[in-house]
Amino acid sequence: MSAPAPSMYSDAAKKTADKLGLKMGRTNLDEFASTLQALAQANRNVLAVTSDSRGSGKLAPYGKALPNQIIEIGIAEQNLVGVAAGLASCGKTVFAVSPACFLTARSLEQIKNDVAYSDNPVTLVGISAGVSYGALGTTHHSLHDLAVLRAINNLTIVAPADNFEAREAVKAAAAAKHPVYLRFGKSPLYDLPTTEPFAFGKARILHEGTDLAFIATGETVVHALLAAAHLEQTADLRCRVISMPTVKPLDTEAILQAARDCEAVVTVEEHMVCGGLGEACAGVIAQSGIPVHFRIVGIPDEYTVTGSQADIFRHYGLTMEGLADTAKKLLGR
Amino acid sequence: MLTDQQLVLKSLRYRRKIIEVIKHVGAGHTGGDLSCTDILNVLYNRILRVSPATFVDPKRDRYVQSKGHCAEALFTVLADRGFFPEADLLTMCQYQSHYVGHPTRHVAGVEQNTGGLGHGLPICVGMAIAGKLDNADYRVFTLLGDGELAEGSNWEAAMAAAHYKLSNLTAIIDCNTLQISGRTCDVMNNEPLAEKFAAFGWAVRTVNGHDFNELTASLQAPLASDKPSIVIAQTIKGKGITYMEDVAKWHHGVPTDEEYRQALAELDMAIALQEGAAK
Repeated sequence: MSAPAPSMYSDAAKKTADKLGLKMGRTNLDEFASTLQALAQANRNVLAVTSDSRGSGKLAPYGKALPNQIIEIGIAEQNLVGVAAGLASCGKTVFAVSPACFLTARSLEQIKNDVAYSDNPVTLVGISAGVSYGALGTTHHSLHDLAVLRAINNLTIVAPADNFEAREAVKAAAAAKHPVYLRFGKSPLYDLPTTEPFAFGKARILHEGTDLAFIATGETVVHALLAAAHLEQTADLRCRVISMPTVKPLDTEAILQAARDCEAVVTVEEHMVCGGLGEACAGVIAQSGIPVHFRIVGIPDEYTVTGSQADIFRHYGLTMEGLADTAKKLLGR
Repeated sequence: MLTDQQLVLKSLRYRRKIIEVIKHVGAGHTGGDLSCTDILNVLYNRILRVSPATFVDPKRDRYVQSKGHCAEALFTVLADRGFFPEADLLTMCQYQSHYVGHPTRHVAGVEQNTGGLGHGLPICVGMAIAGKLDNADYRVFTLLGDGELAEGSNWEAAMAAAHYKLSNLTAIIDCNTLQISGRTCDVMNNEPLAEKFAAFGWAVRTVNGHDFNELTASLQAPLASDKPSIVIAQTIKGKGITYMEDVAKWHHGVPTDEEYRQALAELDMAIALQEGAAK
C-alpha cells in the first residue's frame, strides 16, 4: 500500500554516522522476534500471543519453529490482552504482540484492568509504533501510547533505541515479575555505542557534553546522536546524548544531572508532544527548580502530515538536521 | 457434600449478610448480589476445588467474577469459606480498606480484579488455554451478567473459546433480565441467547438459577468434551426480598431503615422455617 520508503537519513547524516563508526543493524522487530524465539526455545512456558500479527511482528519463523508456543487470537485486540492476562496468571511468560496503534487504544481498558491493575506479568509488544506505518495515516499511527500508558499504574514502558536495547529489553521483560510495554518500529537501525549497560529505569549516556543535552527515546535516539556529532563538527557545541529507553519509571537523576550540567535540554520522541517523554522530563525539571532552557521535539498536536516515516521525521524536525537547528536556536547560536 | 437443605439455609444466611453489609457500608449492588447468591453458593460449596489452603496451588479451579459489581455476594461467600474473617466484610468500601467495591486480588480468594464489564471471559479463555497447554485438569469458571453481554469483548472471547475447544471452561450467565436502566431486552436485546452461544460453538444449557439441583447438574461436569460450556441461569434480580424482586432500581441501592427491617424480617422468618424443617 505504501510508496517505497525513502531513507530515514540524509546523505549528510549517513556521512556523520560513518564518521562515528556506526554500522547499520536490522529492525528492532527482527531483533525482538529472534530474541523471543531463542527464549521460547529454551523455555516452553514462553508464549507469543498474536492478533493476526505474526507476519507484521516478524514471528512467522517463530510460529513455524514453535507452533505450540504461539496463540493466535485473530483480529480481536481486546481479547488478545485479556487472554494474555489469563495465561500470565497461570504462570506463562506471555508476549502479547499487536500493532501499537490498536494494542494501546482498543485494548486500553484490558491493559489497565487485566494486566496492570491485576498485576499479571504480561509483556505488551507494540509493533510498528509511532509513525512506522507512514502514509497509511492516523489510524495506524501510535502517537498516544506513551501518554496513555504513563497514566496507568504498574506498567514499565520501554522504547528501545537500537538492536542492543531491543534485545536486552526483551530479555529483561521475560524475566520481569510485573507488566511491561515494549515499543518497536520497523525501520532498520544503526547500532549505537554499547559502553553503558541496559537496565529498566536507567538512562544510557551515549555521548558526553555540557552545552546541551538531548534526552531521546526509542528510534529517535540515533538522530539525536547524529545531531550531537553534527553540532560538534559545525558549531563547536558539545552535546550530551541520553538514551532514555524506559519512559516509566524515569531515570530522574539522569534528567536532573543533565539540567544541572547543561545550558539547555531538548527531548526527542516519535510521539505526540502531549504526555510523552518530553512532558515527563519537563515535570521532573520544573519541580526541581533548576533553571534550564527546554524544548520538546515530537509530533505536534495537529493532523499529522501525510508521508513516509522519513518524510514525517523530516517534516517535524526529528532528523539530524532538524534537531541541530532546534539546539542552535535554543542556545541562541 | 452439603445437602440441598443445607444449601437453602446457606443462601438465606448469605442474603442476610449481604443486606447487612450493604446497609452498614452504605453501598452495594443489591439486586445482582441477590440474583447470583444461589449460583455462588453452588459453585463454592459443591463445584470449585478451591480453599484458603490450596489457593496458590496451580492445579486449583479458577473462578473469575466478570460481573464484578456483585462483590458483596462474592466476598460474603469467600468469608463463609474461610478466606478471611467475616468481620472484615463490614470494612467494605471504607477509607483505606482493601475490600474495594469490586473484586480485587488484595482480598483473599479473589482470582482476578474485575469491575469493568466484558473482561472475565477473555481472561478465562487465557486460563483455560494455559490448562490445556499444561495438560492440567483444573476447570475455569466465570459469571457474567446478561446486560454485560452487550460488551463486544465477550463475543471475541466466545469465538476464541470455541475455536480452541476449551471444554475446561464454563461460563454462567446470571440472567436476571434487568440492568441499571431497565429490561435488558429493551436496553439492548441479546435474545435468543441460547441460540447465539450455540451458533458460536458452545454447549448450552438453560437452568433455573435458584434451583440447587439444576445448577449442580449443569456445573458438576463440562456439558461437552470438545466445546466450552455455557449455563444460562434464569434468575430473579433482588431474589429473596419481596419488594426488591424483579425491580430495576435495586440494581444498586441501600435500603432505608424501614426497608432494612422488612428485609431482615423476611429473611429471618425464612431462616427460622428452614432451621425448623432441619430439626
